[in-house]
Amino acid sequence: MSILVDKNTRVIFQGITGSAGKFHATHCHKYAGNVVGGVTPGRAGEVDLDGVKMPVFDTCAEAVKQAGANATCIFVPAAFAADAILEAADAGIALIVCITEGIPVADMVKVKRVLADRPGTRLIGPNCPGIITPGQCKIGIMPGYIHEPGRVGVISRSGTLTYEAVWQLTTRGVGQSTCIGIGGDPVNGTSHLDAVKLFNDDPGTDSIVLIGEIGGSAEEEAAAWIGKHCKKPVVAYIAGMTAPPGRRMGHAGAVISGGKGTAAAKIKALRAAGIAVAETPAVIGETLVSLLKSRQRARPRKASAPRAKRGKKPAQKKPAKRR
Amino acid sequence: MNIHEYQAKELFRQFGVMVQTGGVARTAEEAGARYDEIAAAFGPGVEVVIKAQIHAGGRGKGGGIKFARTREECVAAARKLIGMTLVTPQTGAQGRLVRSVLVVNAVTSQRELYFAVLLDRVLSRPVVIASTEGGVDIEGVAAKTPEKILKEVVDPALGMMPYQARKLCHALGLTGDLASAGAKLMLNVYRLFWESDCSLVEINPLVVTTGPDGKPCVLAMDAKVNFDDNALYRHKEIAAMRDTNEEDPREVEASKDDLNYIGLDGNIGCMVNGAGLAMATMDIIKHYGGSPANFLDVGGGASAEQVTAAFKLLCSDKNVKALLVNIFGGIMKCDVLAAGIVGAAKAVHIPVPLVVRLEGTNVEQGRKMLKDSGLPIITANGMADAAEKVVRAAKGNGVVE
Repeated sequence: MSILVDKNTRVIFQGITGSAGKFHATHCHKYAGNVVGGVTPGRAGEVDLDGVKMPVFDTCAEAVKQAGANATCIFVPAAFAADAILEAADAGIALIVCITEGIPVADMVKVKRVLADRPGTRLIGPNCPGIITPGQCKIGIMPGYIHEPGRVGVISRSGTLTYEAVWQLTTRGVGQSTCIGIGGDPVNGTSHLDAVKLFNDDPGTDSIVLIGEIGGSAEEEAAAWIGKHCKKPVVAYIAGMTAPPGRRMGHAGAVISGGKGTAAAKIKALRAAGIAVAETPAVIGETLVSLLKSRQRARPRKASAPRAKRGKKPAQKKPAKRR
Repeated sequence: MNIHEYQAKELFRQFGVMVQTGGVARTAEEAGARYDEIAAAFGPGVEVVIKAQIHAGGRGKGGGIKFARTREECVAAARKLIGMTLVTPQTGAQGRLVRSVLVVNAVTSQRELYFAVLLDRVLSRPVVIASTEGGVDIEGVAAKTPEKILKEVVDPALGMMPYQARKLCHALGLTGDLASAGAKLMLNVYRLFWESDCSLVEINPLVVTTGPDGKPCVLAMDAKVNFDDNALYRHKEIAAMRDTNEEDPREVEASKDDLNYIGLDGNIGCMVNGAGLAMATMDIIKHYGGSPANFLDVGGGASAEQVTAAFKLLCSDKNVKALLVNIFGGIMKCDVLAAGIVGAAKAVHIPVPLVVRLEGTNVEQGRKMLKDSGLPIITANGMADAAEKVVRAAKGNGVVE
């Protein structure tokens, strides 16, 4: 099982005639065959995705009507991306994945204002690598081969740091149910908490890996909810312990502002909620595997109790020999 | 993007926000001319304030704000400030070179308030913040007396409404004409924030004083305006206000090559693809006892040109004792990346140990290419191995060839 995307997802690519859109549409279609077309205003016709012919529509509404699209991946330049998101929402597309980086914050503030009235529309991103349910559907720029179908849900603000974590899991034989990149912008469509709730309710997900970074308070909000309500074990990693304050560390949302949004504060909040936090990015996979093993050995515990300690159960005492 | 106080006040003037009379001066002579202009408006012997213009606060504490009652005093003060290295609690110990000053008429504040507009990340909406506690560190006020921080959330579909401004002015104890002047100021500041795609507009202090006409008024005694970098493309006049003198020269150089670079003060240079992975790389270097010299995200592309430009940039930092390249090649294949690294390493003389950690498609071919290159490249397997190796290399190398 999975969240949000599976083998039934029918995805279009907005911006499919641009080089990035075409490249990634080709790879996504090669991965699991979910692509049904694309949209570039004024360029309706056809595009060749490495030998596979795909229809190109002028509008999202046409794509929904003619190709039955129920998801979209946006590769539209930053100046026009907010408009592309809203066009997709207006066309009734339920899942919108916006890869574009560099969208003005004010544009996203307006987008969220509109989407607040459209609860049936889910936006992921912007400035994100996308979402993948291994083996079933890839919408985004992540390399498919590092993923393996399984039962760990992965949520991350990052791109390559997510691949690092996913690869650590896959090489340890631990597969993923769905990996969702929520992106690096300060205003986005899906938060850590939104994704945690989805994974919490997903019968196909048994544990969650949460990757965050400096800036904002999304990880703290997720931690507070997880501590009270999450039924499944969670492991986290927060990047940016060494980030200087006040500087934008690559991602528009990665800024420590007025002393708020530090990695230390996030790690503290996560640990207070009973979440295991990986010490370094090299041990994210290992931290989850250890946690799952120790939970198998320990008695079942409530989500709000402290996590089971690592270590073996005491050896069984043998009865004294009779002499 | 940040701008100077004098530029922010120029914007305030354009948006109908009252500020003191005066202007910027880049030499002591110009400061004298500014004094004359102010004296023409307020009469001879007017007291002026001469304020160092740097992109950092706390200038008063560092001696960056002076007063003068005559043209001669004004020129002398400007001569002292321009060219000085001003150290404030916000500049760091190395301080900032002062290249210009703002000369304005001194005002006596009867009350000092606080006003700001910024984005609330939890609500994804702009918020307007006001407080009676102006002229002090607002974070301290928020920590000790949070009830003194007044907040109005703005609906982006409406903009700030007049009733919200009146509500805040009333809560600040402004009445009568002052209340309407205050409300007008607040609405104009919001308009500046929204129309210019600002990330922050902060007035601290917002003062109640007596205007040149003898009537009470509210004016912005200080002005801090930051802009959303993502929106500068649609504000060419604002983008033109950028002062690269206020930025780390390494970062200015990096931005020319489209490299996302932030200089730190350690000795291990890093090159990584992806901002999150780049931060994580800095963190793991620190974890193993090293000190990162920089943050550098070469982006998902990591082309040969960018890798070459990145090596040049990292090697130009004299503090760097070792380099770490950490690339997780997704769509970009590792053999292509390795070719780029080898090419760049041959083009740029790298005087320090170079540790390369590659992961991703065709990783074995990539690693082989690095080994066969004939270059002294230390390959690493995984981030922990890479961090340990580069930290050891940085410690062992005391001499830069």
